[in-house]
Amino acid sequence: MITVIALKELRSMFASPLAWVVLAFVQIILANIFIEQVDTFMIVQAQLARTPNAPGLTELAIVPMFGAAQMVLLMSIPLLTMRLISEEKRNQTMALLVSAPISMMQIIVGKFVAMTVFLCLILTLIAAMSLSLLFGGAIDLGLIFANLCGLLLLGMAYSSIGIFVSCLTTHPVVAAVMTLAVFMGFWVIGLAASDPSSWLNWVSISKRFEGFMDGYISLPDVTFFLVVTTLFIFLSVRKLDSERLSS
Amino acid sequence: MADHDIPLTLSASGLTRKYGNNTAVSDVSLSLHKGEIIGLLGPNGAGKSTMMKMITGNLAPSEGSIQVCGIDLIDDPIAAKTKIGYLPEIPPVYKELRVNEYLKLVAKLHKVSSKKIQVAIDNAEERTGLTEMSQRLIGSLSKGFQQRVGIAQAIIHEPEVVILDEPTVGLDPNQIIEIRSLIKELGKNHSVILSTHILPEVEAICDSVKILHKGKVVFDDDIDALRQFRSGKSIQVSFRNPPTQELLDSALDNVKITTIREGVYRISGRELEYDPTDDLVQISAHKGWGLFELVGAQASVEEVFVELTTQDSLQA
Repeated sequence: MITVIALKELRSMFASPLAWVVLAFVQIILANIFIEQVDTFMIVQAQLARTPNAPGLTELAIVPMFGAAQMVLLMSIPLLTMRLISEEKRNQTMALLVSAPISMMQIIVGKFVAMTVFLCLILTLIAAMSLSLLFGGAIDLGLIFANLCGLLLLGMAYSSIGIFVSCLTTHPVVAAVMTLAVFMGFWVIGLAASDPSSWLNWVSISKRFEGFMDGYISLPDVTFFLVVTTLFIFLSVRKLDSERLSS
Repeated sequence: MADHDIPLTLSASGLTRKYGNNTAVSDVSLSLHKGEIIGLLGPNGAGKSTMMKMITGNLAPSEGSIQVCGIDLIDDPIAAKTKIGYLPEIPPVYKELRVNEYLKLVAKLHKVSSKKIQVAIDNAEERTGLTEMSQRLIGSLSKGFQQRVGIAQAIIHEPEVVILDEPTVGLDPNQIIEIRSLIKELGKNHSVILSTHILPEVEAICDSVKILHKGKVVFDDDIDALRQFRSGKSIQVSFRNPPTQELLDSALDNVKITTIREGVYRISGRELEYDPTDDLVQISAHKGWGLFELVGAQASVEEVFVELTTQDSLQA
């Protein structure tokens, strides 16, 4: 049942131009940044060769691209999640799903799975770009893997927040703006969290992601993202259930 | 129809639904046997849609219980929902899908086994007259065809109970006739609940009727009782040499006369049993009024509502 919902959602995504536009948008921005970083690396390469313990190609060219990818996801995920629930409510198609013999949990998880598949598609493109450097030199595959894991977890957390916000309104654009506002809020928390011991640091999504950018897949960070993801999936289910009950 | 041998497919008792302080549906009970068609009739805002949303699990009742084929909808919603097909007021269609893609999705959602899906789609399309539209995008179809897609999705999984919320709204007269005969046919093998605010529609297809007003049942009987209730109460007459209303009034006892236009009156008996027709024809012939048209006017839906609701307020 979850796959039925997920496939339906992916089909709807790719039936509209939005998914393609987002993929193109992500790819153009990241490819640009990537090329620029590789160019810079070419210029400073000679100096680096003389410095002991200098950062390599992966650190200088690929990791900054992942840093940018984090911001790009922050901007594009609201566009993808905005219609997931709000449009069903707006077009009254929610009644079809609710009257079908499936649970609210299956509906939400199905939609979340569709988002995750879409994220994996973006990640594949990013991974392909990074791995293209294998033609020209040695790169740190472990570091790339950590970054991809981080980006996937971050994307999943963002997606489930986006789905939850989409449950709150019947207007996709309102959902997109609200989701973006929430993400911006998290981003500002990240900026404010300069002191590593403060609680701001603890809840900041971007600070958590920085660990992955340095190549650490640490259990607390992974757990943090998974907990955020699960929490918002549950909240979404609760929200939809409460609509059925509410007076 | 209410034989004990025929299995009960749906029973709801004491359904109440409140929105804050506003009671949309108050203590409505309903039972439906296999092969029975019930019409829910009522003006806008009477609580018909709320009733249907509760029965299909789209809205939780504030009080009361619902059983579908013996399965409690609140305890085991998933099992109960496999037995229900529901067409909401606005057909729940995805405009970006083709008709057959959409029906395939619905069949999967309703757990039709993958071997039977194609047969189920063909069947549903044929019954709703969509076979030629199978490849069309739903968004490009007219309102009437979208409505048919909505009906197709409600019957694709051969549910025991089919619930149709205003199924003929937005259709042209030919389509209305087709859909009505489709519903009648559905009524042979399934139980059907349909809501409408068109009285003749209920008379044409339903076995029994419930009239709701402000969330309460004000009339609950089989269709013949409704016909009786409506008909034989008033007649519309036209004269070539019309008498004045006062003259007519003095000639007939116990009737209420309203002038519709010059020479055309509406006469209704003040008591249910009294039919003024015979008296009127005799007097007219005797006095040479030139009676040339006499139509047994049935009470319109508005009159029925007014009658029922005023009765209700008298009783209360």
